[in-house]
Amino acid sequence: MAGFSLRPCGDFRTTYRQDTRIFDTTYIRNAAILGIFAVAMIPFVLDGYYVNLFIQISYFAIAALGLNILVGFTGQISLGHAAFFGFGAFASAWINNTTGIPVLLSIPLAGLMTAAVGMLFGLPAARIKGLYLAIATLAAQFILEDFFARAEWFTGGSYGAAANPINVFGYEIYDDFSFFYVALFFLVVMYLLGTNLMRTRDGRAFVAVRDHYLSAEIMGINLTKYRLMSFAISSFYAGVGGAMYGHYLGFVSAEGFTILLSIQFLGMIIIGGLGSVKGTLMGTVFMVLLPEVMESGVSALSIFEWASSTAVIDGLAYIKEMAIGLAIILFLIFEPDGLAHRWQQIRAYWKLYPFSY
Amino acid sequence: MNFELLFQLLLNGLIVGTLYGVVAMCFVLIYKSTQIVNFAQGEFLLIGAWVCYAFLVEMQMPFWLGFLFTLLFMMAFGVVLQMVVLRPMIGEPIISVIMVTIGLSIFFQAATKWIFGATTATYPQVFETRSVNLLGMQIETAYIMSFVISLFIMAGFYWFFKYSKLGLAMRATAFDQQVAQSLGISVKTVFAMSWAISALVSGVAGIVIGMVNGVSSALSVIGIKVFPAVILGGLDSIVGAIVGGVIIGLLENTAEFVDGQYLHWGNLFSIAPFYVLIIILCIKPYGLFGTKDIERI
Repeated sequence: MAGFSLRPCGDFRTTYRQDTRIFDTTYIRNAAILGIFAVAMIPFVLDGYYVNLFIQISYFAIAALGLNILVGFTGQISLGHAAFFGFGAFASAWINNTTGIPVLLSIPLAGLMTAAVGMLFGLPAARIKGLYLAIATLAAQFILEDFFARAEWFTGGSYGAAANPINVFGYEIYDDFSFFYVALFFLVVMYLLGTNLMRTRDGRAFVAVRDHYLSAEIMGINLTKYRLMSFAISSFYAGVGGAMYGHYLGFVSAEGFTILLSIQFLGMIIIGGLGSVKGTLMGTVFMVLLPEVMESGVSALSIFEWASSTAVIDGLAYIKEMAIGLAIILFLIFEPDGLAHRWQQIRAYWKLYPFSY
Repeated sequence: MNFELLFQLLLNGLIVGTLYGVVAMCFVLIYKSTQIVNFAQGEFLLIGAWVCYAFLVEMQMPFWLGFLFTLLFMMAFGVVLQMVVLRPMIGEPIISVIMVTIGLSIFFQAATKWIFGATTATYPQVFETRSVNLLGMQIETAYIMSFVISLFIMAGFYWFFKYSKLGLAMRATAFDQQVAQSLGISVKTVFAMSWAISALVSGVAGIVIGMVNGVSSALSVIGIKVFPAVILGGLDSIVGAIVGGVIIGLLENTAEFVDGQYLHWGNLFSIAPFYVLIIILCIKPYGLFGTKDIERI
């Protein structure tokens, strides 16, 4: 492992406890804490456009981490993540609207509800795997999408559901500026939970199931239990992310959770790196920024005649979609380990510079 | 009970089902010989239909010439796609392979929308009479033509895999790649050819459906409908694909009948195949004709 050689000279580990710390070295830990503080300063420094982008990144990143736990760590494939994301959004709005439970509490509750639904659709995973599972989750995507359009008591049918803004101790959060900190809080908590999960017995069991499920079973890991559990955790994350999305927009409509979003989630974790918590965040940033960068790129190129033609301007939505597909293909061909791996290589290069051997 | 409507719907189901069967066959062909699950099968239909449209309408070619050029184009397209995108994926984990074809699917869907627009286009009239009377029911000529073409393609597949040299080589490769290679079969050629044939036949199916319903991005939905069909029939069985396709076609139209007459839910017919899919996966994951995977330690 590249990470192994990156440890400072003289830093030896003598206990397992030291070996499984969240951050490899004190320096990385301090850098991470400093990074969080730096991000917390964003609303003071940059304008609303970037704050909005960050909020988007945070709820997508939470859902994508759930998918990475399922796909990257447990080795199960899910093509229906967007449906669970949407279910979380509707569930939170529904809980809040019908029972009056405060939004801050209804978000985790929606996560639990989504986890239950995820386990229901994960049941086939007890018997099937790989490709068959991918197709079963594809069916789940369409069935849930149909459910959103039909269940008016739950989702408001084709009209959609209204979601109240978050209320923290009597202080209502309705603008981007204050929602930013709620999003940051959820992002940090969920990522710490995710990282910690991978250090526990259950997390190691997930990895064992992924790497060789027969050996894992022989070692006493209950495959059905862990596959279902992985589905539940993954759906929980999707539900929390979706609930945040719903309360941020204030309105949840059934049309937003299509197969394309599911594919985008998969794209995030593939571009970021399967089985890497840090990579999930990188992949989400990439996926959210890609359309924005393309949009500004096209407007920057509009000094040329071909870029300001109607074909380019009208087709921008399609060009963005094409870019998503192309990014997934190119990453799979040229960098299958994702951005997390590339980041390791860059770090190793500078660490050992100029004698990289 | 409205028997006439039921009968009409079942007939529709049979015709649409054979088309599903043809597309499912193409899907199985790729899966069997190259172990790749092609999520972009629907886009093959889309591309075939649009390219033919471009030849016929924008270049004003006669039908037979445009059709021929489309076939050539689809064949080249399949080969190039296999060589450029799918060949580096050999030996990669299944998630990567699935994601590459999904990426292709998004890419081509957006690309066709960009180039040809998102609205439905119709081919110039090929037949003189729009519908004929058969057993007291009005059936569109295009439907009959699509049924005949489907049967023709199926017979062609049968001949190809039973008697032609390339078809036999493909079956050998599907059976065991190493053994096939040691017998002098070029596995690379077989891979490229199976993509070419699959793209070609899917393109024909796309043109046929385009003649009936018009060409639009809705064609790629067929690529999703294929999954219930192939899972029902068994992923690696060509006969299973045809049987599965017909059953799914019939099922869809029966669901439409039940929905329209009794339930009034709205869109049961498009979602029913997926419920069936989940049920099959739970009770008989290898389908009706598929080979069961036996794993040994």
